[in-house]
Amino acid sequence: MKILVPVKRVIDYNVKVRVKADQSDVDLTNAKMAMNPFCEIAVEEAVRLKEKGIATEIVAVSIGPKACQEQIRNAMALGADRGIHVECETFPESLQVAKILARLVEQESPGLVIIGKQAIDSDNNQTGQMLAALTKMPQATFASAVEVEGDSLKVTREIDGGLQTLKLSMPAVVSTDLRLNEPRYAKLPDIMKAKRKPLAVMSTDELGVDITPRVTTLKVTPPPARSAGVKVETVAELMAKLREEAKVIS
Amino acid sequence: MSILIYAEHDNKHLKSETHKLVTAATQLGDDIHILVAGLDCAAVAEQAATIAGVKRVMLADNPAYAHQLAENTADLVLDIAEGYTHILAAATTTGKNFMPRVAALLDVVQLSDIIGIESQDTFVRPIYAGNAIATVQSSDAVKVVTVRASAFDAAQEGDSVSVETLATVIENTQVTFESDEMTKSDRPELTAADIVISGGRGMQDGEHFAMLERIADQLGAAVGASRAAVDAGFVPNDMQVGQTGKIVAPQLYIAVGISGAIQHLAGMKDSKVIVAINKDPEAPIFQVADYGLVADLFDALPEIESALGS
Repeated sequence: MKILVPVKRVIDYNVKVRVKADQSDVDLTNAKMAMNPFCEIAVEEAVRLKEKGIATEIVAVSIGPKACQEQIRNAMALGADRGIHVECETFPESLQVAKILARLVEQESPGLVIIGKQAIDSDNNQTGQMLAALTKMPQATFASAVEVEGDSLKVTREIDGGLQTLKLSMPAVVSTDLRLNEPRYAKLPDIMKAKRKPLAVMSTDELGVDITPRVTTLKVTPPPARSAGVKVETVAELMAKLREEAKVIS
Repeated sequence: MSILIYAEHDNKHLKSETHKLVTAATQLGDDIHILVAGLDCAAVAEQAATIAGVKRVMLADNPAYAHQLAENTADLVLDIAEGYTHILAAATTTGKNFMPRVAALLDVVQLSDIIGIESQDTFVRPIYAGNAIATVQSSDAVKVVTVRASAFDAAQEGDSVSVETLATVIENTQVTFESDEMTKSDRPELTAADIVISGGRGMQDGEHFAMLERIADQLGAAVGASRAAVDAGFVPNDMQVGQTGKIVAPQLYIAVGISGAIQHLAGMKDSKVIVAINKDPEAPIFQVADYGLVADLFDALPEIESALGS
């Protein structure tokens, strides 16, 4: 079985994001970039399925500027067998990404697409679901456990208030939640080997997907600041403030 | 403008998110309809029918919708989507699961997790874990929107409208429900509670959360946790407050042994009153707290418990 894993290049999650003075966007100049953490979990899950002998090939895909090849190489260092870079100047919107991935699914016929539940830049949480809808594959989002049983898939999902387990026929789309696994770090020899793994580059035109934006960002501002309040010395003082000043407890 | 709201419920009770979505919808237009899809959920539809401002309630009551699986739910919404200018669902795990399918099959972009409405095509939403707020305008004919319910007040009760039954049954056979395992708790749900008390890595282990639970029971509060506490295995993930967990905005939020990582602040900084208890006076949580107590939580929590008991 082949597994397709999309990986997104985003700002490193440890970097504090700042908004540009002209409010046009966030300022990513010289910011450290990395693979989206949920995509790392997706790559790890695919690699584990390969180690178990269930998957035979892992294809990592990234969509965006040339620099995205860094994240594809990273995925290959972690265990992906080859990469596809769909090159475009900017990062397309989620629907367009889903359409691009749908075309790649047609070409590659994977048994499974494992995708991060959301990217930590746009925080949309929608691409996997859109891909499933467009390709008519069943979906299991926010996965915390994935088990392949013959030609079907058992996925435990993190839902509000608990867990839900679904059974899906394959091919299917699974989106990863935080607790699915703990991604490994790439080892130096694997990083060197990844440089020699095949990486195909294609354009959105070749795939026939129009990436003209549908949504315009009018402005980006910092969140409203919350100022620090007062320090209280004792529990008694705290309780008095909550009862008499804030009036939030009785 | 005609607005369809997908009701948030558990087949028995309508969740307060739905009331909040009605408030959001009134900022878009006044022809507001609600769809209730589930199993044996007629009572939910009756509850939806009494929300002020709602013109029409539709009920799809069938085993196919019992667990609100994304495939069936999305196709049901699409089946009735024609004529609506806006389709709204709460940004819960239900809404996040099926709404992008609705958007993709209508060939429109989804506007995720909005916290404000500027006009019929312009919405405000957090990006980068709430470290930036974007105002975005969609050129699509239909706006498919998930709403962060905590950003809106709940609509009041009003005159009841009648409930129409939908006969459409959509059942995808590629995916089936196996089981669920819901956390049992008599406490209010995190996103609906007026008071939330959360513990972080400072709690040291899962057993110490009992200290928070006792205080929560005295206050009628929900218990939450930081991602650090979840990652450390103290408590399950569904207790996580933060950008990757639940977004809460209660009247009172008490952060205990939580340093205040950006990702946690993104999930609670809209709370009305924030209390922080931490032994590190430099912890970033104090920068957003209305009341900060620099103390060892193992001293402070028993004191709070006895102060509430007296």
